[in-house]
Amino acid sequence: MSARFAAGDRVRVHHRHPPGHIRTPFYIRGLSGVVERVCGAFRNPEELAYAASGLPETALYRVRFKQIDVWPDYAGVGGDTVDVEIYEHWLDPA
Amino acid sequence: MSDNTRGYHDIGGLAGGPIDRSGHEVTLSEKRVDALMMLLGDRGRRLIRVDELRRAIESLGADAYDTLSYYERWISAIANILVEKGVLTHAEIDHRVAEIETRAAP
Repeated sequence: MSARFAAGDRVRVHHRHPPGHIRTPFYIRGLSGVVERVCGAFRNPEELAYAASGLPETALYRVRFKQIDVWPDYAGVGGDTVDVEIYEHWLDPA
Repeated sequence: MSDNTRGYHDIGGLAGGPIDRSGHEVTLSEKRVDALMMLLGDRGRRLIRVDELRRAIESLGADAYDTLSYYERWISAIANILVEKGVLTHAEIDHRVAEIETRAAP
């Protein structure tokens, strides 16, 4: 499996809102985090949702974000994080 | 892009009100819907993938999304997908529902 990113890489989630079935949550788009792990490669759910093959398989990453970066008024502990699993075609190097 | 482009189901981060922590017993109907989805997706049929189900649920519209229960959304989406794929027609479904209602009537 050829993955563009590795654990420890800083990545930024695309800030775009295409139509169709999207697995990248709205609230995380445009934000930056760090790859916590490479989850593997899977068929693209955006295509599977319309009965297409979803091939070629795309790398999926678990990306860790700081809660203070995600929520403007975050009132929790400073070190809190949230992990979101995001497909490679939604990520750029940060 | 404006917030209009947020999918209606894509509620992460929005104010959601109090969380209902009460459990509930899964009904027989709900179990049947779950079983139906498993059958439709199994190796022998491969009629509906979970991704298609999700997309169809997301496409039900705000009103349906708000008023239908979890498994009611599933069965609505399943019905729509099966009609899209030519497995059933809406007329066939409506006819069958009418038959069942007649049978069930006191």
